[in-house]
Amino acid sequence: MTERRDFRNDKNRLWRIVLIALSFLFIVAMLVLPLAQVLHGALERGFPPFLKAVSDPYAVIALKLTLLITAMTVVLNTFFGISAAWAITRFEFRGKGFLITLIDLPFAVSPVIAGLVFIMTFGRLGWAYPFLQDWGIRIVFAIPGMVLATIFVTFPFVGRELIPVLTARGTDEEEAAILMGAGFFRTFWKVTFPHMRWALLYGVILCTARAMGEFGAVSVVSGHLRGKTNTLPLHIEILFKEYHTLQSFGAATILVCAAILILIARNVVESVSKKDDFHRARQGV
Amino acid sequence: MNPITEKIPTSDPGDPGPAAAGLSPFAGKIAGTPPATADRAARDADDAANDGSAREPARAPENHVSLSGVRKSFGNFVAADSVSFGLPKGTLGALLGPSGSGKTTILRMIAGLENPDRGDILIDGARVNDVHPSKRGIGFVFQNYALFRYMTVFDNIAFGLRAQKADRNRIRERVNELLTLTDMNGLEKRYPAQLSGGQRQRVAFARALAPSPRLLLLDEPFAAIDAKVRRELRSWLRAMITKLGITSIFVTHDQDEAIEVADLVIITNRGRVEQTGTPLDLYREPATPFVARFVGESTVLEDYGRLLGFENAPRGAKASVRPEFVHVCPPGDPVQYENSAENAEVLSVAFRGSSLEVKVGLKGFVLTTGYSLEHPALSVGEKVKILVWRVYAFEDDKARLVNNSRLESRGNGYNFAI
Amino acid sequence: MSEVAEVLEAPLARGAGRAKRTKKRVIPGFGITMGITMSFVGIIVLVPMLSMALESRALGFGGFWRTIVDARTLNACKVSFFASFVGALVNGFGGLMLAWVIVRYRFPFRRFIDGLIELPFALPTAVAGISLTVLTTDKGWIGKPLFELLGVRVAYTQLGIILAITFVTIPFVVRSVQPVLEQLSPDFEEAGMILGASDFAVFFKIILPEILPALLTGFSLAFARGLGEYGSVIFIAGNIPFKTEIAPLVIMSKLEQFNYDQATAIALVMLAASFAIMFVVNRLQVRSATYAGEK
Repeated sequence: MTERRDFRNDKNRLWRIVLIALSFLFIVAMLVLPLAQVLHGALERGFPPFLKAVSDPYAVIALKLTLLITAMTVVLNTFFGISAAWAITRFEFRGKGFLITLIDLPFAVSPVIAGLVFIMTFGRLGWAYPFLQDWGIRIVFAIPGMVLATIFVTFPFVGRELIPVLTARGTDEEEAAILMGAGFFRTFWKVTFPHMRWALLYGVILCTARAMGEFGAVSVVSGHLRGKTNTLPLHIEILFKEYHTLQSFGAATILVCAAILILIARNVVESVSKKDDFHRARQGV
Repeated sequence: MNPITEKIPTSDPGDPGPAAAGLSPFAGKIAGTPPATADRAARDADDAANDGSAREPARAPENHVSLSGVRKSFGNFVAADSVSFGLPKGTLGALLGPSGSGKTTILRMIAGLENPDRGDILIDGARVNDVHPSKRGIGFVFQNYALFRYMTVFDNIAFGLRAQKADRNRIRERVNELLTLTDMNGLEKRYPAQLSGGQRQRVAFARALAPSPRLLLLDEPFAAIDAKVRRELRSWLRAMITKLGITSIFVTHDQDEAIEVADLVIITNRGRVEQTGTPLDLYREPATPFVARFVGESTVLEDYGRLLGFENAPRGAKASVRPEFVHVCPPGDPVQYENSAENAEVLSVAFRGSSLEVKVGLKGFVLTTGYSLEHPALSVGEKVKILVWRVYAFEDDKARLVNNSRLESRGNGYNFAI
Repeated sequence: MSEVAEVLEAPLARGAGRAKRTKKRVIPGFGITMGITMSFVGIIVLVPMLSMALESRALGFGGFWRTIVDARTLNACKVSFFASFVGALVNGFGGLMLAWVIVRYRFPFRRFIDGLIELPFALPTAVAGISLTVLTTDKGWIGKPLFELLGVRVAYTQLGIILAITFVTIPFVVRSVQPVLEQLSPDFEEAGMILGASDFAVFFKIILPEILPALLTGFSLAFARGLGEYGSVIFIAGNIPFKTEIAPLVIMSKLEQFNYDQATAIALVMLAASFAIMFVVNRLQVRSATYAGEK
């Protein structure tokens, strides 16, 4: 943004102050206070009860489950996202638009409906049930189902970040590499990957955040079996409903810390990627 | 106030009048201004060097727009340094210079989009430094046109008049006038995205003119146009502005453009005005080495005193040579001024459409010159005789025409009437 | 002779066919990546969605209709719609203001606020839910002053639902409008200014049309998200049927009662609404691209 002439006069200045003040008010009320509330609620009665809530065995199990599901989801979605981005941006084929719409679909779907959808497919009423029964696989009301539901909900994140970046880059570099004799993996790793590093990281961060916090879909699919299929958000819900407010907030603090880390990570990635692009453009890359 | 019906500007003090030259209405102006401008330029250059204030000359009453000692810096970067020049009413002036020379900054200061740190900007004799852009009577055409994308052509052109709360019928009349003027009739319901580059430029032009400004400013108006359309658009703009008689200034880095279109050229370099003058003046009498190099093609020679006929030159002095200063004697023809002719070797011969471009080497110099296709062909490596008529000698930061002392003067080589 | 001719012609024939598929062949990996992509899309999206459609057939048209027009369901849909709309509207204005202030002004903590915008995305909805609830009860930091000074209750009312939805959808509008504002060339405003337009005129006639598509996109995304929001709303809503029950909750309770058919019916209606909104968003983006044309 070039320096522009600023016709600052009193009217202008007043508007600025009002708008900035309102913005601060909005931010504080809507974002800062809720965060503060969690921490306050958790530490209200001092540190020891907080520690107890955080180290509660059910909480720990729930946390482990959350982490497990998140990890699996992120890995699988990254794998998928890269494949999809590659397929979509490097090739022409019929039905590409339809495919993209399908990938974006989960954005339009309420989490509860997402959970419902999986129950209808793999649950007792689902047509797939008999097959699964034969092989002794439990999907619904068990961890696999929760993973599937979480994957559904976070499906578009990685792909959506990668596709614009790869589309903008074009296929020239890959074609040049192939013509020079490089194989698929080498081309991907050395030519394509450096361009999409930051977009990939960004997508992974978003995916992680969503996966950790997923509530509605998992709630439906999990069956709420405490100690077995409770993720941390579900655990928090149960505690809150049973009026164990303090413990609920205590467990929530863990997720708040994760959220803050995610925010920081996201901001770091964004500013680094901007600098990276800038330098690359300067060098005429 | 209607610049469309108001044709040619009537007499200004100092103007010999259009009848005098009997040719284009601007003939009088061109004949009238150069000597004064050259003086002014010399004084400006002097003052710029001394960082004094060259205020008086630019403020001459016949000038419609003038800048006096204007300075502007962005942080550590000095965009304009003691800039002074003046433009008579009705002239089409060009701010010409390489990228980063400050020309766009100067234009924006005249418009009021930037505030000078020092110095005065006068329009019609009044100081406008503190006047809001919309009150300066200015029309501005942006490099990328900045047409309002969500408004039709009609609405775009009408925008300024509507902002001034003009009468509805008057607005419609005026917009139609401008549509006719810019040959955009029938396109008024279109949106900018549906127009070609040339059409968009014309809409930008019409929009700027709608509120009848007294000064038209254009920021690299042809930069975004295809090369092919550019020439047509240039002549069209030139004709338009002449017809309207509105004082205009445009910014460009293309010297062909400036020379072809403008009445007065202001050459900028690193924030300073190198010279102000008609295109012919700049070409004929460059005041500084930069102008000598920038305008027209030329080669710079180190220690030109080694050339025959220039022995008076100080040791190590530099000069620039234009192609027309060098003459290759066609082999077989009798050589004029045989004693002053130098021996050179043909280094390259290139076809340039209607003539040849020949590079010859001698005494460590490489000189470029033209060679007619009518003469016997030259081959690379051939030894030829050449004559160097004159050079632009660089002295400190000025340039001076120096004739070959051994050759009889044939005048200054540019004897022709406009 | 004919054999030779065959051999000579065969490569040509094959070459012609190959030319069509050459694009895919030059860059490798089509097979693998498409395979992976289709499998994933199939298992995760296509098959489940289709199953949904199929299963609902079992309900029959009559049952479907009865479920939809059931008073409780209708009411829940109304609540969801209304709250999402208002929430998206609030964010429309608030988000625009935030984007404006962040992009165009310089003030302390500006970067901090910019970084904080994504919080609703980073924070689990359940955590947001319990936090907002406690904040706005009659004893909460926000709830107490509001109740004592204005007699307004937020928690366990529709207002609370609106608040929760607003919270969750803050980033949509801000992040939609921000890049457009950042890339908006100052030339437009300068042109308007030179032509004599007042600050207001410049904003409403020049700037606003440029950011309107992004604004509407953000609004639609926020609206769609609000419709389906569950985790942050169920704590603060109180979930009283006919008063503060949202549509996703109705689905949930049908599920808990094993009324799969009815749940599916409602879900389909909501899906239709979401798709309609996504379609609108898509149209908007296409439309704005035509206006922008070549920049």
